[in-house]
Amino acid sequence: MSDDPAPGPADGSDRDGEAVDAADAADAPTNDGQRFDRLPATPADRVVPGRASRAEVLDWWDDRFGIPPETFDGHTFWEKGKGKVWAFAGDVADPIAVEGLGMSLLRTRQEHWKPTTNAVQRFGRGATRNVVVLDPEPAARFARGEDQELAWDGDWGYLIAAHEIAGGVEPIGVGLYLHGELRSTVPKGRREDVAIVERTG
Amino acid sequence: MNPLDRYEALVDDPEAFRAACERPLPQVVRVNRIKADVERARRALDEEGVDYEPVDWHPGVFRMADKPGTTWPYVHGWLHGQEEVSVLPSLALDPQPGERVWDACAAPGSKTTHLAALMADEGTLVGNDNNLGRLSALRHNAERLGVTNLAVTNTDARNYSLKPFGFDAFDRALVDAPCSCEGTCRKNPDALDDWSIDHVRSVSGIQKGILRRAVQATREGGTVVYATCTFAPEENEAVLAHVLDAEDCRVVPCEVPVDTAPGVTEWEDDTYPEEVRHAHRVYPHLNDTGGFFLARLEVGA
Repeated sequence: MSDDPAPGPADGSDRDGEAVDAADAADAPTNDGQRFDRLPATPADRVVPGRASRAEVLDWWDDRFGIPPETFDGHTFWEKGKGKVWAFAGDVADPIAVEGLGMSLLRTRQEHWKPTTNAVQRFGRGATRNVVVLDPEPAARFARGEDQELAWDGDWGYLIAAHEIAGGVEPIGVGLYLHGELRSTVPKGRREDVAIVERTG
Repeated sequence: MNPLDRYEALVDDPEAFRAACERPLPQVVRVNRIKADVERARRALDEEGVDYEPVDWHPGVFRMADKPGTTWPYVHGWLHGQEEVSVLPSLALDPQPGERVWDACAAPGSKTTHLAALMADEGTLVGNDNNLGRLSALRHNAERLGVTNLAVTNTDARNYSLKPFGFDAFDRALVDAPCSCEGTCRKNPDALDDWSIDHVRSVSGIQKGILRRAVQATREGGTVVYATCTFAPEENEAVLAHVLDAEDCRVVPCEVPVDTAPGVTEWEDDTYPEEVRHAHRVYPHLNDTGGFFLARLEVGA
C-alpha cells in the first residue's frame, strides 16, 4: 500500500523454507532448519549438538563488546537455520514453525561468531569494547559498504563501527578488521550513500 | 470510467476533492521510538541540514522536502517512510506493552512496526501476510527498525490458526485489508486506471472473511481496527455491516487526530446500520493526505 520498498532479506540471509509440521520432528535431537527452537539455558542443558546455549550467547556479547547480560533480560534466544540465533521479546510455544521470530542476532556454529547489523544497531549502544568510532568521512564510507584502511590497535575480527550523531555515539554496523583494513559488512539492502556530516556540537 | 466520479456525491466539496487527488503526495516519515526519541531524530536531521516539518497533529511525523533514504537517521533505523494516513490505524488500535496483537495483513510493515513501537517492543505481535514475496519486505523493515517482539507468519488470514503460538486469542487485531486502493491515487495513479467494479466485489469478499476471522480471534472485550485505502462503501461500510451481522461485535467511536467525515449509511441501493457512522472517512482534501477509511470495533460485551 504505502511504504518503503525493501530490497530483500536483511544481512543477505537465506530465505527460510516453508513451514512444516513441527510435531513430526519434535523428538529428534538435531537442528531443524524449518522451525525455531529455544536455546538451552547452559551448555549442560544442551540436547541438540552444536547448538549455542543462552549462557554462551550472553557471555559472547559481554566478552567481545562489554555488553552486559542484563541487556537481554527481556528476550529469549532461538535457533532457526544452521547456527542463526534470534532474539524475541514475546512469549510463544517452543518449538514454533513460523517465518520469523524477533530479530536475527548473530550467526553461531562457526569459529568466529558474527553479529548482525540490526543486532548491533539495536543492542550495541552499551558496548565498551571493540567499538571503533569513525570520523565523518570514514563513517560515510562504511555506510556505503566500502572497505578502508584503518589504524586500530585493538583486537582483530568483528568490531562495532560507530560514529557520533545527535549528541551520542551510535552503532552503524559490523566491521571486520583484518590486516589494517576495516571491511564493512553492511548488507546490500542497508547501504546508503549518506552525506559526510562534520559535527560542530 | 474514473472511479472518483462515484464519490462526488459523498464528499462535502467535490471540486477540492478532485483537485487534491491530482496533487502529488508529500514525503512523510515517522520517528521510530524503538530506536530514537523525537528530539534526537530532529537533532540528527538538523545536523545534516535536512528540510522537514512536523505535521500539526503528531510531533513524531514529519513532512520531508526530499526522500529520507539517504540520511543518517534513516541508516540508523530512527525514521521510516510511510504515508501520513497510514499512521492512523495503529494509533486507533492503541496496543499496549505486553499485549498479544495480530496484524492480519502486515506486509510491508509500516503499520506493523508502528504497532511494535506503540507496544514499546514488548508483548507478542504477530504479523501475517499471505504474500510470500512481500514478507521479506516486512521482515527487512521490522529488523531495520529494531523490532524484536514480532512473529511473522505466511498464511491466509481468513482461516488463521493460533495453534502454533500456544495461546487462544489476541487482545487486539488490525485488519489493514487489501483493497482497490483508490486512496493512494496521489502516489500511484495506476490505482485508478486498474479499477473495476468486479475487482471491488471480489476483494470485498476477502475483506469480509479477514475481518470476521479477526473478530473471532480476538478476546471478549478486545479491540479490532478495520482499515482500507479506498473510498468504496462496498469495501468499507458494507464489510462492517456484514461482520456486525455475522459476529458478536460493534462499531465504537474512536478519536483520530485529523479531520474526517463519518461512515455512510446509504450507498446506491444499500443501507448500513447506524453505528457505521462511528467510522472515519479521510478524504485527500481534508488534510492534504492520501485517502483512508478506518473503523474501531469492540468484540463481544
